[in-house]
Amino acid sequence: MEYLIHLAVMSSIYAILGMSLNLVVGYAGLLSVTHAAFYGVGAYAVGILTVSRGYGFFEATAIGMVCAAAAAWFIGIVSGKFKGDYYALVSFGFNIIVFSIFLNVQSVTRGPLGIPGIPKPELFGTAIRTNAQFLILSIVFALLTYAISQWIVKSSFGRALKGIREDEDALRVFGYDTARYKRIIFMIAAMLAAVAGSLFASYISYIDPSTFSLNESIFILSLVILGGLANVNGSVFGAIVFILLPEILRFVGFPPDIAAQMRQVAYGAILVLLMLYRPQGMFGEYKL
Amino acid sequence: MKSEIRNEKEILLKLDDVHVHYGGVHALDGASVAIDEGEIVALMGPNGAGKSTVLKAIFGIAPVHSGEVLWHEKRFKPVPHEVVARGIAFVPQGRRVFKYLTVEENLEIGGFIVGDKKELARRMAEVMETFPALKAKRRTKSGTLSGGQQQMLAIARGLMVDPKVLLLDEPSLGLAPKIVKEVFENIKEINERHGTAIVVVEHNIKSILGIVDRAYVLAKGKVAAQGKPEELLSSGVLEKIFLGEK
Repeated sequence: MEYLIHLAVMSSIYAILGMSLNLVVGYAGLLSVTHAAFYGVGAYAVGILTVSRGYGFFEATAIGMVCAAAAAWFIGIVSGKFKGDYYALVSFGFNIIVFSIFLNVQSVTRGPLGIPGIPKPELFGTAIRTNAQFLILSIVFALLTYAISQWIVKSSFGRALKGIREDEDALRVFGYDTARYKRIIFMIAAMLAAVAGSLFASYISYIDPSTFSLNESIFILSLVILGGLANVNGSVFGAIVFILLPEILRFVGFPPDIAAQMRQVAYGAILVLLMLYRPQGMFGEYKL
Repeated sequence: MKSEIRNEKEILLKLDDVHVHYGGVHALDGASVAIDEGEIVALMGPNGAGKSTVLKAIFGIAPVHSGEVLWHEKRFKPVPHEVVARGIAFVPQGRRVFKYLTVEENLEIGGFIVGDKKELARRMAEVMETFPALKAKRRTKSGTLSGGQQQMLAIARGLMVDPKVLLLDEPSLGLAPKIVKEVFENIKEINERHGTAIVVVEHNIKSILGIVDRAYVLAKGKVAAQGKPEELLSSGVLEKIFLGEK
């Protein structure tokens, strides 16, 4: 049972990451490969502030969200000058920069040693100690992310995001300040990714830079593409499949030394097959 | 044919000696164009003459190197959202409707600066009245509309701000002759019903001259000729510019 609860917690965390990235990639059409950086900012905010500074989980999460939004604002200003493939390359670069900060600013992040002993959250003075309790917390955050995402995409703001995705220059003709819209959605997505990061840090109780590398950004992007661009439900589906897939592969019987590589092969194969046969993903309305 | 042949109405919009450069290319080289209240004006000329650039310069999406853009005789620096707020709408070349959005959503985007929901609904109803074909397809994704319907949607989207001047860039591009006739009838109807001044860039000379009050003929970024349709047709200037006849 604990095993299933663990999978459900991880699925909830990745659903938050998927839904938030879908706002940027699926709805606004900005091919961002930097989401793991914001995920890491949230995780490190909780790790550093709860372990070294005595902050509570929720305070640290709020600070992490603000830090992620500030980083997204800066990255958004720079990357906003680029479009298409160049935008993806710039976002790629930012993920590497943030990863390098996690790895090298050892006085703050402890570098490759990581931060152990991250405490579990406390709610109204009661610690969330069991995985089942944590599952409830992570599902609540996932549902909040779902509600926020649905509210955004059904609003006039969401309509403008779709307009940016389809034809940004045409949208400007109607008086839209498209750069502002792009910055705002990038900041919202970064804040939600930071929430996922804070949940992850608190749940696993240990973080190190390797979790927030470029590979992780590609992994999150892949689950968004699998579920479908511009479909919030699709991102939840993608997260569940990508969390469960390695567990299914456990039962195939690969030797332990090649099992991890086979997971990467399976993710890669899924992406290639999707691009060939269903580029809009399982439930997407739009293809890259 | 370069004489100023205009009626007594107030000049709404004017480009005065405007130069637009794209690197070393002079897309406009001292073009001057004036649009009066409630008239339909065509911009004609061979490829690369600078017709579309005139519209882009008015709308602030072409780099104006020198010269002035005036609205009600007052100079202004065109920036898209401010130009829309002044009452100028632009329907770009190639329709450029948002294909994954419904007809209604496209129109709502067109009315972005309106703000007030009631006013937006009123304008949408008015636009649907002008284009009944769109009313029936209001919840249809615009990517599934025919070329003619997409062009109507593109024009309708421009009308959502109740513009004083509507800039149309090649509205007949890629449309069947029957549909082109329909589009031109719509343009005339909008002008007559709402008093909207319309500036239309068009290659389809014969058809467009049938509905306009005046036309400018551009060549190499300059205004080579201007006048009423019958004067331009009888003067031989069109053959000279388009076919290079002496």
